[in-house]
Amino acid sequence: MTTVDKAKSTQRSFNFGRWFGATGWRHLIGVVMSVFAIFPLLYVLSASLNPSGTLISANALFSVFDIGSYTQLFDLPQQPYAAWYGNTLVIGITTSICTVFLGAMAAYSFSRMRFTGRRVGLLALLLVQMFPQLLAVVAIFLLLNGISDIFPAIGLDTQIGLIMVYLGGALGVNTYLMYGFFNTVPTSIDEAAKIDGAGHARIFFTIILRLVAPILAVVGLLSFIGTTNEFVIASIVLIEPEKQTLAVGLYQFVSDEFSKNYSIFAAGAVLAALPVMALFLYLQKYIVSGLTAGSVK
Amino acid sequence: MSIETPARTKRPSSDRKIGSTATGTKVLLVKIAALAIVDAISLYALFIVFAQRDWVVFGAILLVTIVVNVVYFSKRMLPAKYLVPGVIFLVVFQVFIIGYTAYIAFTNYGTGHNSTKQDAVAALIGSSQERVEDSPAYGLTVVESLGTYSFLVTDPDGDVSIGNENSPLAAVDNATIEGGKAVGVPGYNTLNFSQIVAAQQTIAALAVQISDDPNDGSLRTPDGSSAFVYRSNLLYDESAGTMTNTNTGVVYSDTGVGAFTASDGTELRPGWKIEIGFANFARAFGDESIRGPLFSVALWTFAFAFLSVATTFLLGLFLAVVFNDRRMRGRKVYRVMMILPYAFPAFLSALVWAGMLNRDFGFVNQVLFGGADIPWLTNEWLAKVSIILVNLWLGFPYMFLVCTGALQSIPEELQEAATMDGAKPWAVFRFIKMPLLLVSIAPLLISSFAFNFNNFNLIYMLTNGGPRDVAAGVNVGATDILISMVYKVAFVGAGRDYGLASAFSIIIFVLVGVIAAVSFRATKSLEELN
Repeated sequence: MTTVDKAKSTQRSFNFGRWFGATGWRHLIGVVMSVFAIFPLLYVLSASLNPSGTLISANALFSVFDIGSYTQLFDLPQQPYAAWYGNTLVIGITTSICTVFLGAMAAYSFSRMRFTGRRVGLLALLLVQMFPQLLAVVAIFLLLNGISDIFPAIGLDTQIGLIMVYLGGALGVNTYLMYGFFNTVPTSIDEAAKIDGAGHARIFFTIILRLVAPILAVVGLLSFIGTTNEFVIASIVLIEPEKQTLAVGLYQFVSDEFSKNYSIFAAGAVLAALPVMALFLYLQKYIVSGLTAGSVK
Repeated sequence: MSIETPARTKRPSSDRKIGSTATGTKVLLVKIAALAIVDAISLYALFIVFAQRDWVVFGAILLVTIVVNVVYFSKRMLPAKYLVPGVIFLVVFQVFIIGYTAYIAFTNYGTGHNSTKQDAVAALIGSSQERVEDSPAYGLTVVESLGTYSFLVTDPDGDVSIGNENSPLAAVDNATIEGGKAVGVPGYNTLNFSQIVAAQQTIAALAVQISDDPNDGSLRTPDGSSAFVYRSNLLYDESAGTMTNTNTGVVYSDTGVGAFTASDGTELRPGWKIEIGFANFARAFGDESIRGPLFSVALWTFAFAFLSVATTFLLGLFLAVVFNDRRMRGRKVYRVMMILPYAFPAFLSALVWAGMLNRDFGFVNQVLFGGADIPWLTNEWLAKVSIILVNLWLGFPYMFLVCTGALQSIPEELQEAATMDGAKPWAVFRFIKMPLLLVSIAPLLISSFAFNFNNFNLIYMLTNGGPRDVAAGVNVGATDILISMVYKVAFVGAGRDYGLASAFSIIIFVLVGVIAAVSFRATKSLEELN
């Protein structure tokens, strides 16, 4: 019996046509799509390792391996790459932590409390999040300009000002995402804690926040990625090169000297992308669940 | 929103229970400390705003401070305690700015019109000064205090006075006099020769008004040791509200256009900000050189958003179907590979593709097309194709992920039952899987449409909106979408026009509102709320 089975399986593995008809063509499409997906990334990696620099020399893929561009990147007086990197991290992390906190508080009250205006409030959030802040970029600029006259420390060309603008979008879609998740935590848990004498703040901080940790991670990560990718508002708020973020700085770097210093730009792009990509792939499962719940890159 | 209304179900008794324990006291102390900090900042802000006599801002800050204090000191209003911080940011930086955009759309705010009339008068008089021919020489010592340069002046009669850029000359009586000229005054450092040389540009640009009336002229110095009277060749008549050029005799008057205008129509710049009613909208829809580009940009915005969703969805769905086969090995590897473009930061993707599609040096032309000269990003139509292709690269992984998720959640039994009834695979897909898939994917397609409708980063970083439309009256190109047009009109180039840009923003708001209404109806989100 075993010999018959073996014979059958060997026979099948040699039958190319049948294999191709069942799953082989799928592999063909998979390979083609993988090349399409991954090629630009390999291209930029190869360009970053070829310090001769120009756009045209970047076309010879992986002909040179030299990390010269990476060291040069940190020695540009006009383009303070290290400062951009630090700014992006500071702004991104601060914004995402505050966004998670503000959103979770709002979601908690919408999910656990019943008050007049609750339904209207939820509807208003749903409505407001349809109008992204960048539509009002002119007003944001003029508002911060006005704030500068009163408080230069939180006005134009300050990172606190930019973070405050980003926090204007902290409710909206995030609250919605969290509200759905908070509703899945049984209220009997709150009630039990309440009977044991816990107040609302203790229930929120020590019980609910722990139970909803996955959605907090998703919202925090999406907010971080969104903030690091944001260009429009950051480009008009941050003026001095030392205060800018990677998106603003690298864009100006490229538009100033596009074909001359392509290798340095590529090195900057690789370094900027690595942490985001690592985080993304590591937390892939959570993000995908967050995405299907209604958020777009 | 009536968030300040008290909670109905929550009774104050449960709050008091905690307040009596040790942790409760600690919480209370933290709360008081946090509120003290907030109140201290507010008080500081109120003082500054009070000094500037800006009553609207003063009222707003006062209101916010009162609301915060009432909410957090009250035993009730529990929901408000959790909502107020986020709502404050939301109101200021999301709701208020929408209203402010609407206001700006009705003004002439922009380059040459960004201040008040008084500022414009001062700027005009300051910028058109000429040395008075027979001006006597004033003895001058440049002094400095806290980084601000001032002129210590001894006039030909021997009277000493001091003044700087912001405050006109005022008499001083305790100056040190040497050789008939004041050389120092307590509280100021006298600059020596080398310091004057080091700061000569700043000092040469300094103009100190002789009196409160700008028409009296001001003192300037060519050498740092003597000053002369400079007087504007523009004379402002405050009662008549006119500017007169004393050289030519031309009278410029305020005709209500936000600038002093001569009878032949010439305007003096800078002007000032005024409300101009629907003039910006009239320009947007009436001026042919703006209306044409506006309509083509709006059309392309819709086409781009629609094609983006359609192409990414079709490719994503196709791949999801192809890889949704349990017999296939290595699906996880392909999946990770195809997610990579999505994990790569979007603004970088656009910049990398801009390099690859570069006409003269890019990889696509040089290697894939063997040195061809295809204007991927500089030809009007090819640039549009390139944008859709790059967006396909950026967006298909998302659609692949959500379609895979949706396909896997469809129960196997449905497919088996249909196959038993004799349905062919295509029929199973078309009549069973597709409708079920669309139920869960449709809201995401709409939000993807809304997102691409304002996909500024891709357009601006890939083509910069170009190629530029030279016939247009505003800075706009063939691949610009509405939001990048707003950005360019408001912030790119020498002539910034905030008013017109805001008018364009209002047009986008209306369009997005329509999309939102459609989306609400389609997703039935309203009914899901409980």
